[in-house]
Amino acid sequence: MNVNKDLQNERNKCSFNVRELTEFIDGGKNRTLERKHIEKLILAQKDELFGGTPEDYLSHKEKYERAIQTNVIILKIVQDFMRDANGGDLTNYRDVLTTLLNFVVSREGTPFALHFMMFLPVFLSQADEEQQMEWLPRAWNCNIIGSYAQTELGHGTFIRGLETTATYDAATKEFVLHSPTVTSYKWWPGALGHTANYCVVVAQLHTKGQCHGIHSFIVQVRDEETHMPLAGIRVGEIGAKMGLNMINNGFIGFNHVRIPRRHLLMKHAQVLEDGTYVKSRNSKLNYGAMVFVRVVIVFDSVNYLSKAVTIATRFAAVRRQSQLKANEPECQIIDFLTQQHKLFIGIATCHALKMTATKLWDTFNEVQQQLRGGNLERLPELHALACCLKAVSTADTAALAEGGRRACGGHGYMRSSGLPQTCAVLDAACTFEGDNTVLLLQTARFLVKVWRGLDTLKLTPTVAYLRTTLTEGFNDKWDNTVEGIIKGFQTVSMRKISECVSCMAKRMMSGMSQEEAWNMTSVQLVAAAESHCRVIIISYFHEEFVKVSSSFSPALRRVMKLLVELYTLYWALDKLQDLLKYTSISKTDTEQLQERYEDTLNALRPDAVGLVDAFDIMDEILQSTLGAYDGRVYERLMEEALKSPLNAEPVNRSFHQYLKPLMQGKL
Amino acid sequence: MAMSSVNPDLVRERQKCSFDVQELVHFIDGGEEHTLERREVENLVLDIKELKDVVPEEFLSHKERYENSIRKACILYEFFRKYSETNNTLDAFSPTNKYRVQMGVFKDISPFMLHMGMFVPTIMNQSAPDQAAEWLPKALNLEIIGTYAQTELGHGTFLRGLETTATYDPKTEEFVLNSPTLTAYKWWPGGLAHTANHCIVVAQLYTNGKCYGVHPFFVQIRDSETHMPLTGVKVGEIGPKLGFNTANNGFLGFNNFRIPRMNMLMKNAQVLKDGTYVKAKSDKLTYGTMVFVRVLIVTDMAYELSRASTIAVRYAAVRHQSQPKPGEPEPAIIEYVTQQHKLFIAIATSHAYRVTGNWLWNTYSKVTSDMGKGNLDQLPELHALACCLKAVCSRDATLRIEECRLACGGHGYMASSGLPIIQNIAAATITYEGEYTVLMLQTARYLVKAWKQASVGKVMTPTVAYLVDFSKNSNHIWENTPEGIIRGFHAVGAGKTQAAFEAVQAHEKTGLDFEDAWNRASVQLVNASEAHCRAILCEMSWAEMQRLSQTLSPNLRKVVLELIEMYIVFWALEKRGELLMYTKIQKDDIAVLQKRYEELLAAVRPNAVGLVDAFDIRDEILNSTLGAFDGRVYERLMEEALKSPLNAEPVNRSFHQYLKPLIKAKL
Repeated sequence: MNVNKDLQNERNKCSFNVRELTEFIDGGKNRTLERKHIEKLILAQKDELFGGTPEDYLSHKEKYERAIQTNVIILKIVQDFMRDANGGDLTNYRDVLTTLLNFVVSREGTPFALHFMMFLPVFLSQADEEQQMEWLPRAWNCNIIGSYAQTELGHGTFIRGLETTATYDAATKEFVLHSPTVTSYKWWPGALGHTANYCVVVAQLHTKGQCHGIHSFIVQVRDEETHMPLAGIRVGEIGAKMGLNMINNGFIGFNHVRIPRRHLLMKHAQVLEDGTYVKSRNSKLNYGAMVFVRVVIVFDSVNYLSKAVTIATRFAAVRRQSQLKANEPECQIIDFLTQQHKLFIGIATCHALKMTATKLWDTFNEVQQQLRGGNLERLPELHALACCLKAVSTADTAALAEGGRRACGGHGYMRSSGLPQTCAVLDAACTFEGDNTVLLLQTARFLVKVWRGLDTLKLTPTVAYLRTTLTEGFNDKWDNTVEGIIKGFQTVSMRKISECVSCMAKRMMSGMSQEEAWNMTSVQLVAAAESHCRVIIISYFHEEFVKVSSSFSPALRRVMKLLVELYTLYWALDKLQDLLKYTSISKTDTEQLQERYEDTLNALRPDAVGLVDAFDIMDEILQSTLGAYDGRVYERLMEEALKSPLNAEPVNRSFHQYLKPLMQGKL
Repeated sequence: MAMSSVNPDLVRERQKCSFDVQELVHFIDGGEEHTLERREVENLVLDIKELKDVVPEEFLSHKERYENSIRKACILYEFFRKYSETNNTLDAFSPTNKYRVQMGVFKDISPFMLHMGMFVPTIMNQSAPDQAAEWLPKALNLEIIGTYAQTELGHGTFLRGLETTATYDPKTEEFVLNSPTLTAYKWWPGGLAHTANHCIVVAQLYTNGKCYGVHPFFVQIRDSETHMPLTGVKVGEIGPKLGFNTANNGFLGFNNFRIPRMNMLMKNAQVLKDGTYVKAKSDKLTYGTMVFVRVLIVTDMAYELSRASTIAVRYAAVRHQSQPKPGEPEPAIIEYVTQQHKLFIAIATSHAYRVTGNWLWNTYSKVTSDMGKGNLDQLPELHALACCLKAVCSRDATLRIEECRLACGGHGYMASSGLPIIQNIAAATITYEGEYTVLMLQTARYLVKAWKQASVGKVMTPTVAYLVDFSKNSNHIWENTPEGIIRGFHAVGAGKTQAAFEAVQAHEKTGLDFEDAWNRASVQLVNASEAHCRAILCEMSWAEMQRLSQTLSPNLRKVVLELIEMYIVFWALEKRGELLMYTKIQKDDIAVLQKRYEELLAAVRPNAVGLVDAFDIRDEILNSTLGAFDGRVYERLMEEALKSPLNAEPVNRSFHQYLKPLIKAKL
């Protein structure tokens, strides 16, 4: 391979073993080997998968057709892999998902994502054993393609407000699904447009004249042979979006569609033949799938951010601009401190969030065990944690990827850079699966509850600091170390929660209802939840690093330690207003932090390309003119442009039709 | 439109409004007569049936979109040509909303944008009188279509690094244009790919064996009759982008392409027949067009903010979600304070930018007329001002627009909401015409120079005069008023400038030369520029709104002043960390400001819909399912989705080709 000279120099400079870091990121040597194996299978079908006119030139309809064509190939490859994996167990299910999400070949998503990300997990957590036996093997084998239809045109966040009804008819032992209004149409489910033939539908369950709230039903949407929508079903796609245009998001409406009683997913609540409703043992049990999906979103956001920083960092090493000093050659833009400031935090964030999510995942599995034993103690904490972590990770990764895009100047605006599409995926994550503001308010609700019960409650691990920060002398002396900054963040979070609670109390004293007081304080509540999440991420990153670093070689340990430092310093400087307000930090301390931050950027500079190389994203998946391994940036930009169908002819027909008559005054 | 068909929530909102919406419409347009002119242009353009799209743009292929945009551009410009026979259209080169109707026609960017936006102004500003006499009438009359080619594949920011050469040949009295490398290809100019037949090309001028740096040349690139690229010209399009997909951005390379000597734009520098180079009187004279474009971006951003906030505010009034109080109906989401916090600042920012942008325009006009008289004294200050205002306004506006989009939840991600394209167009502004960080560092250079002068007590230009005061360590008492906050921002601007300046000096003391020291301090230098710019934005928007609103009725005057106050208080809270560091503000003051901010949100709340109605953006220009005047949000979402060509058939052909074989595969 003919690699750009600057990029080769960077690689020669790298102070640590890139492969060692790759294996750590993958979760072990074997995982890396597995991934490489799949990559080889994908490359064997390179022409079918990546040939032809680039997708960005296609019409909306053509894009869909391309998506189906290529993703069927990918699915077959991953299916083979899955057969070896242990189907059904959620612990390994994450690996399957990770694999699938790692190998999305289109930059606008895949119509099969929902099948694996939502349809299967919901089925696993909500269908009873008999139902699982009946449906799972077919779903696992993709004999049916599913989607998950919850959100409606009129309701997203507030699921109690969903309008789709499922009314039990004891005479025929069937549910009748119905969409009574335009706003009750399901809207958004991926794959639902023209791809899925089955769907889990969330609807208000009515039986014996009473509404029992929302429940999940499995519904066949299209005929398995002809793919025609079944009678009474109106289904289609919702149109073009900012990104993810290959997901095939759809709408669906029901006109008195009948489904058998056993199509209600009955692991928790049930409806008996005579229409008797049997309640679920615990309404919180449904949290499981939600927590699962949100953790997966954190992992996936890291995936996309690592793509963005790989592209932006390699481009910054290749791109030369401006003469720092007269008569010297133009310098690599990665040598500008302002550029390092935009990029390196992205690299650190990938590691911080990945380690945090991994820890959350492990906690989730522990809690699942406890749940089976009937212990629900940690469920609210876990839910609160997953909520804020999803919100903060998606917001941070979206902002940092966008920062990376802008750091590539105009070329980052080109779709051939891959950055616009990457940013659009991360942007979408800010609102899907729980709007970020709403999620942060859920975490805030939990925090307020904990705070109010501080004297009596047994504190679960992630909120234990709320009590320790209150001990005398905790925050008397500011300390500029990572541990000191973490303590500072703990104080900030505690003080913000405390302020929210007293603010609400004051408002209620002045005559506001609890809800009004909550609403009036909500901007501060969101900020408090964010602060709590910052405490969790920074301290998890630090703790996990300490834990795993003993297995690292000294060189890797050094560079990872720098990343932990960088991440902590970055957020300390970003949140100076909070630290200045709530801790004993002084102006001199802040100046030292700034200086150390700049020194850390400098220390990471020689390893920057090595760090993104370690993400080990192959060119075919990265799909970027700016970010390819060989750094042939300008050649690739031109090559991609020449693939434009517009460039196939020197003069477009619109010249003769419109331009020429205009210029000659004859239009 | 019959009022009965308007969503009842919006009707109620409109009844609540405390001021006369028409009065504000006139105020925004700069007088009733301007409103009437604008509406006339809008009526005339939107009445042209051929300008309406049958299939929405976003469903078309890249090539189809180009052809459609050329069709519309030609029809539209033919209209403007006729219109300008009886009306003055030179106001198109000043901040006005009169011609924004084009956004409703193109939805994205016109392929002729650079013709009027750069080609014509460059001819006006940089060609000699006889050159202008020859080219300008043709250009204004659209007998030729031009663009402006400066940026190359390898160079954007660093103009001196451009590689295209123009070598004078005295024998034939011609310049020979060449693109010696791939990176020398011009890349980005709008309309260049398949639309323009002429072009201003910026190239390194060589004569008598010497290079004299970059100069502009007037170049014909395509045959007037056949539109074929001329021999020696390689031209085409650069491919799809995040936005601007109808702008027809192109690339251009030259191979020994000859143009007459008189095609060099000779208002400033000249090359005589024998090849003698005659220098321009001042090298600053070419700043003109650059500053012009940057100045206009401030008011452009004001308009983009008005579009985004109109959509998001109307949607927030129509959308109902959640039940904070049991048993009560779901409130409109505009009742949530978190929502008000996201949206109202966008309205306030639009007004702040409009009045600041108009002030900047007036300053620009004065400076250019002084320049005409040979006085260049104020140019450096104007340049520094235009740099930071362009940078900060474009970046903040993009953030605010994105917040508006996110505030619409998932529906804001739909292309049919109109928000993604507004965001993507604004995002481009951060990079083009001077990249954000580079511009901020240019202002920083001016600030550092000013700081040095201030510290020896020298008289300063008006916008940096405050530095003198603070260089003497003046300590002002803190006041929780707009004036007090503005003074506080001055203190921050001075404090950060001083800190950055001292950081440069400290790095120099360690042995680094100035440029390296500058680089090491550049993150802080950017921060200093930002602080300076915020001070200007707050100061000028407050002063200008005070001045301009004197003629308004008391009700309206109160409303517009509260908007600017909201803008100032919002930023005081955002930057409270900096205020804590550099002013005497106390923690209690922050609570006072927070309370004032909440009062201002409450004051705007009943007027929110009235305020966006007063932006007076017709539905056709807004082009949004969520933001139309009648609030028929859900119906429009569905209507637009049904226009998708994918929805024309119940089963897509890819089912039979790919999906069915997958589904039917045996285990």
